Amino acid sequence: MKRMTIKVLLVVLAMALGAFALMGCGQDSNVIKIGFNLELTGDIPKVGEASKFAAEMLKEDINSKGGLEVGGKKYKLEFVYQDNEAKADSAVNAALKLITQDSVVAIVGPNSSKQAIPAGGVCNDNQTPMVSPWSTNPDTTKDRPWVFRAAFLDPFQGPVAANFAAKQFGAKTAAVLFDIANDYSKGLAEIFKTEWEKKAGAGTVVAFESHGTKDQDFSAQLTKIVAAKPDFIFVPDNYNQVALIIKQAHDLGYKGPFMGSDAWGSAELMTLCGKDCIGQFFSTHYAAAGAQGATKEFIDRYNTKYKYVPDDVAALTWDATRLVLQAIQEAGKVEKDIKAERKLVRDALANIKEFAGITGTMKFHGTGDPDKCAVVVQISPEGKFEFKESVCPQ
Amino acid sequence: MAGTSGSPPALFFFKRTTTLWPSPNRPTGHCPKGRAVQPARQGPIAQPQGKVSPVEFFQHILNALQFGSFYALIALGYTLVYGVLRLINFAHGDIFMVGAYIAYFVAVLLLGGEGMHGLGLSPALTLAITVPVTMILTSLVGVTLERTMYRPLRRKGADRLYVVITALMAGLMLENGNLALLGASRKSFPELMEKVVWTFGGVSVTNLKVVVIVAAIVVFVLLEFIVTKTKIGMAMRGISYDKFAIPLMGIPLDTIIVVTFILGSSMAGLAGILYAMSYPILEPYMGALIGWKAFIAAVVGGIGDIRGAIVGGFLLGFIEIGVVAVFPSTLRDLFAFSVLLGILWLKPTGLFGVAQTTKI
Amino acid sequence: MQKHTFTISLFAGIFLLTVLAQFGVINQYLVSVIMLMGVNIILSTSLNLVNGYMGEFSCGHGGFMCVGAYVSSVVTVLCFSKNHILGAPLLPPSLALLAFPLALAAGAAVAAVAGLVVAIPSFKTRGDYLAIITLAANYIVISAIDNMEIIGGPRGFMGMNATVNGMEGLLDIPWMLLWVLSGTVFTVWLLRRFVSSTLGKGVPAIAQDEIAAEIMSVDTNRMKLIAFMLSSGLAGLAGGLFAHILGYVNPHSFDIMKSTEVMVMVYLGGMGSLSGATLSAILFTVLLEVLRPLEIWKWVVIPLLLILLMQFRPEGIMGNKELSDLFPKLKKYYSFK
Repeated sequence: MKRMTIKVLLVVLAMALGAFALMGCGQDSNVIKIGFNLELTGDIPKVGEASKFAAEMLKEDINSKGGLEVGGKKYKLEFVYQDNEAKADSAVNAALKLITQDSVVAIVGPNSSKQAIPAGGVCNDNQTPMVSPWSTNPDTTKDRPWVFRAAFLDPFQGPVAANFAAKQFGAKTAAVLFDIANDYSKGLAEIFKTEWEKKAGAGTVVAFESHGTKDQDFSAQLTKIVAAKPDFIFVPDNYNQVALIIKQAHDLGYKGPFMGSDAWGSAELMTLCGKDCIGQFFSTHYAAAGAQGATKEFIDRYNTKYKYVPDDVAALTWDATRLVLQAIQEAGKVEKDIKAERKLVRDALANIKEFAGITGTMKFHGTGDPDKCAVVVQISPEGKFEFKESVCPQ
Repeated sequence: MAGTSGSPPALFFFKRTTTLWPSPNRPTGHCPKGRAVQPARQGPIAQPQGKVSPVEFFQHILNALQFGSFYALIALGYTLVYGVLRLINFAHGDIFMVGAYIAYFVAVLLLGGEGMHGLGLSPALTLAITVPVTMILTSLVGVTLERTMYRPLRRKGADRLYVVITALMAGLMLENGNLALLGASRKSFPELMEKVVWTFGGVSVTNLKVVVIVAAIVVFVLLEFIVTKTKIGMAMRGISYDKFAIPLMGIPLDTIIVVTFILGSSMAGLAGILYAMSYPILEPYMGALIGWKAFIAAVVGGIGDIRGAIVGGFLLGFIEIGVVAVFPSTLRDLFAFSVLLGILWLKPTGLFGVAQTTKI
Repeated sequence: MQKHTFTISLFAGIFLLTVLAQFGVINQYLVSVIMLMGVNIILSTSLNLVNGYMGEFSCGHGGFMCVGAYVSSVVTVLCFSKNHILGAPLLPPSLALLAFPLALAAGAAVAAVAGLVVAIPSFKTRGDYLAIITLAANYIVISAIDNMEIIGGPRGFMGMNATVNGMEGLLDIPWMLLWVLSGTVFTVWLLRRFVSSTLGKGVPAIAQDEIAAEIMSVDTNRMKLIAFMLSSGLAGLAGGLFAHILGYVNPHSFDIMKSTEVMVMVYLGGMGSLSGATLSAILFTVLLEVLRPLEIWKWVVIPLLLILLMQFRPEGIMGNKELSDLFPKLKKYYSFK
């Protein structure tokens, strides 16, 4: 009897293998597939969700009109979503799957630089165009002709934050708490420190503490920071950590201001942070309140459909996906051979010099990085992100 | 015979002892009470830069006490189950996570929030109800785990290894089941206790921190009392001595095991609600790392011994906070695990443990 | 002639797979799955040696894999890519083919040394404590790499593609597939030879009764060391191959989840069975891919499967039998014991 069981198991195994090998054959030629490498689970699921919602809204728009018109013919859009779990290695796996298994024409995402940098390397090596909506770290696109982005760069954002903080708080000294395991956080923290010390003098960053991604207790680092008595604390972290950090700082008796960066901008920040975050400032890509024109239209539609005001990730994904779609249209035709099609799309993307996005006008110079304005917002008592000032590149 | 575990011939060569509490005829090689605790309390493990001011120092100690309390509470659960069943219940860290989520749902239900109307009770009353309810429900989870998964294996006399693997898999199921059912969004625990920050001389302490530390100590005293002074405790100790003789003495084995799980899981539930109050962001994988670390802490303290669990938990808390206070925080895990390994090297059975000889 | 059927069919199979991959008959996704299967086979058979044959409970296999992955990656990147440690590559790409196996061997060797370091304390402790030591060792390896900024720290390390491109520059065939398959065959062969040798028989002897084994002239300390080193060295080999398949390594890919995955494979296949470990590695990889549409439920279903397995068939698929015990007629097709 036992031998029978084992033999049956083995036969089942062989059949499963066979069925599996035959999977995934055949492509529909009237469909354009675009891949999305998103943080659907993990530390920042709201970010991936916002991206997905924006993408779905765009897809419905286009498909309800019959599809994307390329070279006189209409093609239906198919979006394939892969979860990168907000982890760098999963982002690489997800990118590989999109490229090899799903045979997508281009990839949108990942959002966070921590995932975008390795995924960008993979896309570059496998010659697939990639557009990151939200990544601000320079390494994502550096020396990678196949990778583009829709957001401004941290070397631009760092000074924006530093200048604003100096002006708003009249600050002379600063402290930084960042996530050392996150490229975005570490990169921005270092840029900020260099900028601040250039302006205010060496040693004016009185505390430069780091923590790990999964940390929930920051009492040791915050104790050191509070003891150094900075005028404000710069926290370039993701929204889930910001909530904990600010609360714990208040618990330790810190009453001063914080300065944030664009990773704060999620719709879930206030749900997690509550009244501790009211009144804080952070730099971001756009301010929903007070928007006009196409931006306002997007915000209203998104709000009606998904019942909350879209954050910057949603808006940037809308822009990034439209960039890809415009590139596909400008390429003029849809090749059967996926490699040839990717090359066409990539060349078309590189040819786009100016793009009117709902997050602002983007000017490209051939590096894959746009020149864009940044916005500083303040968190109002109702938990909304209110426009404070805008900073544009010279 | 209901099956064997371990290697019987070895029994003839080595005296197999295990302790759930201090016993009179223990070999005298163990640390006298309190000695293991003091070196840790002196402060951070190493001070090469010497930049820690006295105020910071006391602040760090308070932080460490609070952080260590969580490890201690969870380690207690591991120790209890191990002492009685010789089973490393790897699902324990995830029971802690389940406890935190149960507390969240109960609190939201009673308090009203998250779009739900709830019963609209006051925060203080909610707290008063949530704590016991959480502990009861969490112990239910633990007992369910025991009955559905561990007991059938025990009946069959399965090798201890299979039970351990089952425990590991049960933990994975709990984590991922939570993620699958409740989605990836973090849950924010509502504020149940009005946070009061007391500052004296630059050292800040919240009332919550004090509550956590006091809770850990109270639990320890309570458990010590239960285990040493009550009949059930005596039965638990008996089982850890000799599992096969106990039923012969008319003590229902299964009931005692259930009681052990109830105790351990409710401690995990308490740790869950306290943790949710201190770090009010819940995510499905919160129990995993803490569980593994608390397990190591329990082993370093000497698994099977309640005092060992408390000491191990606080020790780990001190090492972690101490390292972060002096070095960059990425070195924390490295140091913590290295120190723990070092202690195990010097004293392989843990600080309070006694030599045993079974293979898993 | 009949005796060599197995060997011949094995090599023919590898050749066939390579040819199919070269001409695109099998799509690239399937090739990457086969490569992952190969890596998983190496991992599960090497852990099977310690957890299955020797009956220990090592929870830290991911750590050794990590060591091997990083060492071989650093070697190849230093040699063949522009990197920020040394700047220009040291060797021309044409040497990639020669250097790659050496890099893999280096990774395996360092991982074996790591295994040695972990094994030595295990003499004093037993069973549950070994679990702790290996667990802690896993975390220590990850933390140590997290702190080495020079190789990227927690943000990972890239650049292995240059080596793979160098190999393909010489002769455009799917080299990684070849290397992975060769590594797998090598591992299984080595382990089979080890376990059926007189020296290797000491390993199950320790599992059954250590004292009796000691009496019967098995040097238990030495055997444990050898078994550990072999197991962790092979894990290092798997790590090196894995790193070069992905082109990117990150210490957190090798954490306790990875170790748990490998343990699942071992216990699924049956402790002490080489063919069981191989089969379960294949099954597990396939299961992961087939269950992909389920997304996160996949990780609920897989532990559930294992729990059911523990309840109803705890010895795993194969128990401690080999395929040849089940199908005795197969014995005439191969010449090894």
